[in-house]
Amino acid sequence: MVPGMAEMATARRRARAGWLLSAPALLLLLVGAAGPLLVVLVFSFLTKGGYGGVTLPLSGAAWFGVFLERDIFDGTVSAADAHLVIFWRSAWLSVVTTLLTFVLGLPTAWFIATRPERSRGLWLFLITIPFWTNLLIRTFAIMEVIRNEGLLNTALTGLGLIDRPIQILFTDWATLIGMTYVYLPLMVLPLYAAIDRFDFRLLEAGYDLYASRLALLRKVILPIVRPGIVAGSILVFIPALGSYVVPRVLGGGKNMMIGNFIELQFGQARNWPLGAALSMLLLLVVTAALLVYVRVSAREGRDG
Amino acid sequence: MGAGPAVEAQNIVKQFGQGAEVVRALDDVSVRIAQGEFFTLLGPSGCGKTTLLRCIAGFETPTAGRILLGGRDITGEPPNRRRVNTVFQSYALFPHLTVAQNVAFGLEMLGKSRAEVRQTTERMLALVRLDQLAGRRPDALSGGQQQRVALARALAPQPEVLLLDEPLSALDLKLRKEMQSELKRLQHETGITFVFVTHDQEEALTMSDRIGVMSAGKLLQVGTPRDIYNRPVNRFVADFIGETNFLPARAEGGVIRLASGEAVAQGPGSGPVTVAIRPEQLRLDVLAEGLLPATVEGATYLGTDSHVHLRLSDGSAVVARVPSSPAGDSAPPSGTQVGLRIAPGAVQVLEG
Repeated sequence: MVPGMAEMATARRRARAGWLLSAPALLLLLVGAAGPLLVVLVFSFLTKGGYGGVTLPLSGAAWFGVFLERDIFDGTVSAADAHLVIFWRSAWLSVVTTLLTFVLGLPTAWFIATRPERSRGLWLFLITIPFWTNLLIRTFAIMEVIRNEGLLNTALTGLGLIDRPIQILFTDWATLIGMTYVYLPLMVLPLYAAIDRFDFRLLEAGYDLYASRLALLRKVILPIVRPGIVAGSILVFIPALGSYVVPRVLGGGKNMMIGNFIELQFGQARNWPLGAALSMLLLLVVTAALLVYVRVSAREGRDG
Repeated sequence: MGAGPAVEAQNIVKQFGQGAEVVRALDDVSVRIAQGEFFTLLGPSGCGKTTLLRCIAGFETPTAGRILLGGRDITGEPPNRRRVNTVFQSYALFPHLTVAQNVAFGLEMLGKSRAEVRQTTERMLALVRLDQLAGRRPDALSGGQQQRVALARALAPQPEVLLLDEPLSALDLKLRKEMQSELKRLQHETGITFVFVTHDQEEALTMSDRIGVMSAGKLLQVGTPRDIYNRPVNRFVADFIGETNFLPARAEGGVIRLASGEAVAQGPGSGPVTVAIRPEQLRLDVLAEGLLPATVEGATYLGTDSHVHLRLSDGSAVVARVPSSPAGDSAPPSGTQVGLRIAPGAVQVLEG
């Protein structure tokens, strides 16, 4: 046998064994992730059935209907304003939620990371406690706080700061407050992990080199904990964009986000192809946003 | 530059903790460090030398006392207002910045113009011979190179005083020797006052213009390396700087006598004293009149010389340092009776 052939045969056998060993995981991915996505993709190109469901023939109507609408009477095509309003609301609520959780989460994570080692566990535990409760119950708890006869309005009226209750519930602000509350831990935990690794002696070095406190934050702390900021933003932005429960309960029926709108298509509206197209659109937008965000933050990291 | 001291500590007290658990890290420390001086604070860990350095840098506020920089009281000023820079023991280089950006950091914070920042950074990198590595990140550098970046970064803003907190302790022996002469060169070329903290007495002796020896929060002695080595004020300083034999003795009628009865020096006072003699000041000789009789108990070979362990007639142990000779064995075998010759002026008489 030519030397080298034996090694090549071994390598080939190893490669085959590798495929075999990862087969369960691949199968799970195929059945659990790729399969359903494919189903949704196909649905989005079918015709809606009379009582829900989908039928043949293949059609682009659902994708057309995502952005555009045809007038029933004269057949003119115009932008689907109602849809665009929902997309816009979803986008700005998710972006502002991400910003708010960051603004609130950074000091929180900093506080925890600077506690003595043994009390940090307790603080982290407190941060994660909300996860133990059902999302719906947490959302109703927020409702109890912000409704017209709720805690906040009662307190403000009692203090004489306002004459009559502020209408927060069933507005976009309610959704914003709710989402910020629900997703805050998802921002705090990765930020904590990043700050925990932060070498606090660098602050002394910066302070020694004539940096003000603001300069320390901008030039030293934020660039170094950037991976935590990126991770936290992704963890908050993605579920926020697809939020369903919070806008449903706190936003009321009028202030839908894209998640509620998709649910509507599969429920009352009985337009499964449109629901499927909207779902695919959400997936595409999230993927695109992620790619752009990761690339931009990586470049900023390089530039220092 | 004025003729006054570059930096001065006046009656500095620093206490940590509260109530019954107060720890006095600095206990009434006063020192004046001259312009352009290489001053070393020397002492064992926990003696307060780093705390004093941090008081000068502004990271600690003294409980009492004043810090003057060029004659101006800066006790209440934060670190970013003091024209003082620190080379940290851990270097504390910014990991997200390149070597050049690290060096430029202080200059940028001082609001220097772009051109000046670039020019000074280049000059500093050339000064520490790192111009080739300007674009690297600190984690791609060796320990010695990181050390140079830390130095360049602290020197770039042209501080009035440069503080160095055990900067060489993380380097291996060879690199440490190299950096010692490098530091001396840098100090010479920049003319900046260096305040250097170390627990390594050899480092202190070779590098410093003057040394301040600290122990338990007190500054025990300030002087040139020769002063400190040859005329230590007390047993602690003598023991900490180099190796020393301590022998119990008595002062009586103008003469200092060992417990065994031999007179070893002249000296005033009366009562018990301690006599300190450096091992290299003792010569082994054939026992004769006027020499200190001793018995050899063993020897340790150290390369350049040997430590010969001896016992005096009163039972106290003494170490003598004997230079190695190319012929081989320079130390007499155990059990040999020898006479110890003490070099003139080598006997230090210490209190108690």
